[in-house]
Amino acid sequence: MTLHDALSGALPARSADPRLSGIIKLAILAVGGQGGGVLTGWIEDLARSNGYAAQATSVAGVAQRTGATVYYIEMAPHRVGDPMPVFSLMPAAGDVDIMIAAEMMEAGRSIIRGFVTPDRTTLIASTHRALAVSEKMMPGDGIASSEEVMAAAGIAAQRFIAADFDALAIANGSVISAALFGALAGSGALPFDRAAYEAAIRASGKGVEGSLRAFGAALDVAANPVAETAAPKPKAAVAEVIGPARLRAAWDTLAARVAALPAPVAEMALPGLRKVVDYQDIAYGAEYLDLLATVLVQDSATQGWALSREAAKYIANAMAYDDIIRVADLKTRGRRFDRIRKEMRVKETNLLHLTEFFHPRAEEIVGLFPAWLGAKVEADPKWMARLDRLFNKGRRLRTDSLRAFLTLHLVGGLRFWRRRTLRHAQEQAHLARWLQTALAETARNYDLAVELIRCRRLIKGYSDTHTRGQSKFDRVLTATAQIAARPDAADWCRRLREAALMDEEGKALDGAIATIRSFA
Amino acid sequence: MAERSFKAEVEHLRKGAGETFTGEGILAITKALLENGVGYVGGYQGAPISHLMDVLADAEELLGELGIRFEANANEAAAAAMLAASVHYPIRGAVTFKGSVGVNVASDALANLSSSGVNGGALVIVGEDYGEGSSIMQERSHAFAMKSQFWLLDPRPNLPCITKAVKDGFELSEASNTPVMLMVRIRSCHVTGSFETRDNQRPTLSVKDALSNPQSDFARVVLPPMSFAHEQDKIKNRWPNAEKFIRERGLNEVFGPKTVPVGLVLQGGMYNGVIRALQRLGLADLHGATEVPLYVLNVTYPLLAAEFLEFCEGKDQVLVIEEGQPEFIEQQLTTYLYRAGSTVKLRGKGILPMAGEYTGQVMLDGITAFLKEAAPQMLPALVRAPNEDKPQIPDLTKTVPIRPPGFCTGCPERPIFAAMKLVQKETGKLQISADIGCHLFAALPPFEIGGATMGYGLGPAANAAFDGGGERRPVAIIGDGGFWHNGLSSSFTNMAFNKSDGVAVIVDNYYSAATGGQDIMSSRADNPTKATKHPITKALKGIGIDWVRQVDRTYDVGHMRDVLREALTTDAPGPKVIVASSECMLNKQRREKPLAAKAIKEGRRVEAPRFGVDEDVCTGDHACIRLSGCPSLSVKKLDDPLRDDPVASIDQSCVGCGNCGEVADAAVLCPSFYRADVIHNPSKWETRLAAFRARVIGWLQARRAARRLDFGGAA
Repeated sequence: MTLHDALSGALPARSADPRLSGIIKLAILAVGGQGGGVLTGWIEDLARSNGYAAQATSVAGVAQRTGATVYYIEMAPHRVGDPMPVFSLMPAAGDVDIMIAAEMMEAGRSIIRGFVTPDRTTLIASTHRALAVSEKMMPGDGIASSEEVMAAAGIAAQRFIAADFDALAIANGSVISAALFGALAGSGALPFDRAAYEAAIRASGKGVEGSLRAFGAALDVAANPVAETAAPKPKAAVAEVIGPARLRAAWDTLAARVAALPAPVAEMALPGLRKVVDYQDIAYGAEYLDLLATVLVQDSATQGWALSREAAKYIANAMAYDDIIRVADLKTRGRRFDRIRKEMRVKETNLLHLTEFFHPRAEEIVGLFPAWLGAKVEADPKWMARLDRLFNKGRRLRTDSLRAFLTLHLVGGLRFWRRRTLRHAQEQAHLARWLQTALAETARNYDLAVELIRCRRLIKGYSDTHTRGQSKFDRVLTATAQIAARPDAADWCRRLREAALMDEEGKALDGAIATIRSFA
Repeated sequence: MAERSFKAEVEHLRKGAGETFTGEGILAITKALLENGVGYVGGYQGAPISHLMDVLADAEELLGELGIRFEANANEAAAAAMLAASVHYPIRGAVTFKGSVGVNVASDALANLSSSGVNGGALVIVGEDYGEGSSIMQERSHAFAMKSQFWLLDPRPNLPCITKAVKDGFELSEASNTPVMLMVRIRSCHVTGSFETRDNQRPTLSVKDALSNPQSDFARVVLPPMSFAHEQDKIKNRWPNAEKFIRERGLNEVFGPKTVPVGLVLQGGMYNGVIRALQRLGLADLHGATEVPLYVLNVTYPLLAAEFLEFCEGKDQVLVIEEGQPEFIEQQLTTYLYRAGSTVKLRGKGILPMAGEYTGQVMLDGITAFLKEAAPQMLPALVRAPNEDKPQIPDLTKTVPIRPPGFCTGCPERPIFAAMKLVQKETGKLQISADIGCHLFAALPPFEIGGATMGYGLGPAANAAFDGGGERRPVAIIGDGGFWHNGLSSSFTNMAFNKSDGVAVIVDNYYSAATGGQDIMSSRADNPTKATKHPITKALKGIGIDWVRQVDRTYDVGHMRDVLREALTTDAPGPKVIVASSECMLNKQRREKPLAAKAIKEGRRVEAPRFGVDEDVCTGDHACIRLSGCPSLSVKKLDDPLRDDPVASIDQSCVGCGNCGEVADAAVLCPSFYRADVIHNPSKWETRLAAFRARVIGWLQARRAARRLDFGGAA
């Protein structure tokens, strides 16, 4: 008997056992600490108490330690006495019926791993983000794009159910596992009714009421998906300006100047104006608009006023630099106290203690000196060391106590003094230099001027961070100057800025500068 | 006390004949030990077998009733050595640890045990930490069975088969006077299912009774000439006896039709994956009835030549499905065929990948490829000529960030590494070696501290080459778990004896935290059956290390940094050791959260700290995150057109450990952090004082607010 005979005789090729289609394969991708194990337990109980054989597995181990974790469940209808089905211990690409992702990037990971396929998979995903360390530690904006994952999910999944199930759970005093269980119920992907799900929650016996609330809320959302409206969020209504009539009148004059600006510029100039007036006073606001006007005269509608719009943004940021006066002012405002009470859920019967962490250095103290004196002191290392001995240490201030509050309140009230300080002089000089450098390019290379204006983004933070930002800013501007004559200078300037925001030490920036040197 | 209480699971262990156990694989194994008259159990915790240890630690009462001794061994070597009780006495003993790392540590004792041979059944339960979710180097415990000649079971991964393997293992051990290793993979340990229980059995001879009639026989001692006799005994008696037992009891299984000219040979642990692939190809049904013959090796060492050749009879090709490498089984079976002069073609690695886990896709691809070549008619038409018309799914690999495990919210180890990062800013990069445990997460961003790990308890030993010192001192990190596991002898006596100039930091979080929070010698908890509260510093003094600094609050980053700096710069000779102690936050929260909730309910005064960020003050540089990586400290985008970068933000899960404030202070970061202590049930005097302060503060705030413009949004 040949092989062929043996096969064709004894073994006609068959299609899969029709009963196999009864196996439901469900995978959960979660971040450690999200209760993936609890959710798995509920689903298992649900299946078993409804006449199904079920098997769950996980690769726990370091699951609680914030890593990504997979849980996997298979179930099939089962009569008592029948042999047990043979279930797999791990999800296979292209062979998952229901994929639950407890976070948006985990949804992305499930797609990468092939667990979401258009022929069969219902993808239930929570759209909230639990940012990975790599996203958080970048000096710039390292947050991964949820939109890309949403778009991919739309293609990869047969059905895609997405909502912020985390927020839903918190709003109902529970945790995300309960909300995802509700979403699963709402999806109708399992052949069990609502009561069966709720029975599984009750049987677990822990935090039942909260879990049931979150479950119900999520079930409603998943069962009645509202088409995600593409319409932009309604702009938060701009709060009315309140204050003494004299100041309000002065404000109205300034606001009228803004209204007269080209629309794209005005859009940025109004928040800019608010920022600088809030930072200092009406006169400072007028200075801001005057500065902006010097940019505007070199700009035109043909370029969409891009230069002025960016200038409106970054001049405001530059003028509202971070100094002790600013911090003390912000820290002592009544509105802040109200916000914290709300955020910390302080009840009427509770008290709130507030501790602030300050660590002023000699530089900050000298910054408050009159410019002429400050400059002298700053140039004298002996004096700086003396000041450091006096001031440079960590200070914890209880802003709910009178002494600490009064101290900060007084410092916050030094706005009248600010214009005379060394720091102000330094910031003004820096601002002027930067604007001049950028505007000098307007005629030759408008786009480069815009990019140079945007480089102000690099300067932020306090102490070391601020110094590092300044240095990056200087290096980007210097490197740009070397290639300013090239037609693609604007593009290079943007690349340099983006590189500078990649890492703390500026390794990426060094690399980019080395590239420029190679052809400059 | 372990992270979880297993009191509920202990009740399952009491189940008797005719009842059904439903739960996790590793707990089913625990129950099976009791059903098979085990006399003593020991082991060392580690994923995926920690639960076996944890549940027995909570089952003292039941074990007492049955006359079973349970030992939480100091390390895997100690656990394996405990099996010595089965050398002379007819007592069944079982120990457990993770493989391959635990087997590495235990190998000295296992080799001696295997040479001596056993009288009572000796079972080593190894949780093979291989593939997805594994936290160790990717190796096989299989090699140890081969080199020491003990038997290796790899049962099909379902509860009835795993529990049967426990019974078979003891009997095989006794029938062949050889220890038996029962290997279960990560997923098998955590797989859920049911099996019918039997009554628990008291051991026929308890360890207590054995002490009344001590036995010894120098023929069992591993010394010449007996050691030569042991080797001969292994080959001439124990091995044939084992083969006979395996054959007669049918420990390996054959499924499917006999007449088909192809077959699959697989490790028991691969069975479900193989069946799933066959199901997807239409070659097996729901319950595993297969059209392709399977030879399932529930015993992967020794391999039975006769049984294998019998399976191969009438076949043209067989595929060996063996996960991991080297391909020991495949090599052995190839030799069997060759020696028998067989023409059967054996396939294996090549069709299947040499390295890595056999996932669903790998298994499907491998079996499909094999059948396409060896028996294409068996495959459905669609598989033979696939109709590639899949929609293009966008590639997200560049979008989705990796998410390795890291320190939990409020972890006391975080500030230690923040301090170390700050010290390195002063000194420049240091030579740092690490150990095993949670602290190893510091090797990842944002800390990136520690370049290598050489094993549990070996952190400082791994710096031995640098003990002589140099321009800057080498630094080693080790956990309290590693310290007691093996570190005291292998790392610290090594440092002391060799007059090391190095620095060692012992991260003391009161538990063997990474394995699930088990108690160790220096734990602060009262433990009725274990000796705790032995300070690490005392042990260090005992071995002659004099420069020891105890830090009792690791969250004090400034202090931590100063102590580190001192250790790196002091003129004192000999090892410089810092013991940095603060309780594991995961365990602390588990213990204290319910207590705090109860106290609030009962009207007692409770302070609940949490941190916050003033978003107007935060400039979005994220320097704080680069010194933290805490899950509760994240970033968010503001609804402010003037701001480009997201600002720091702390969510509800913050436990107020203090790291953020300390780091802001020690590293001179921005003043945007604040700590909010919510006082529940304050005293009357406190409330009155607070009301007075609030009146004054409120008046000042209102006064200033009335003199300026209020834009609503700010602050």
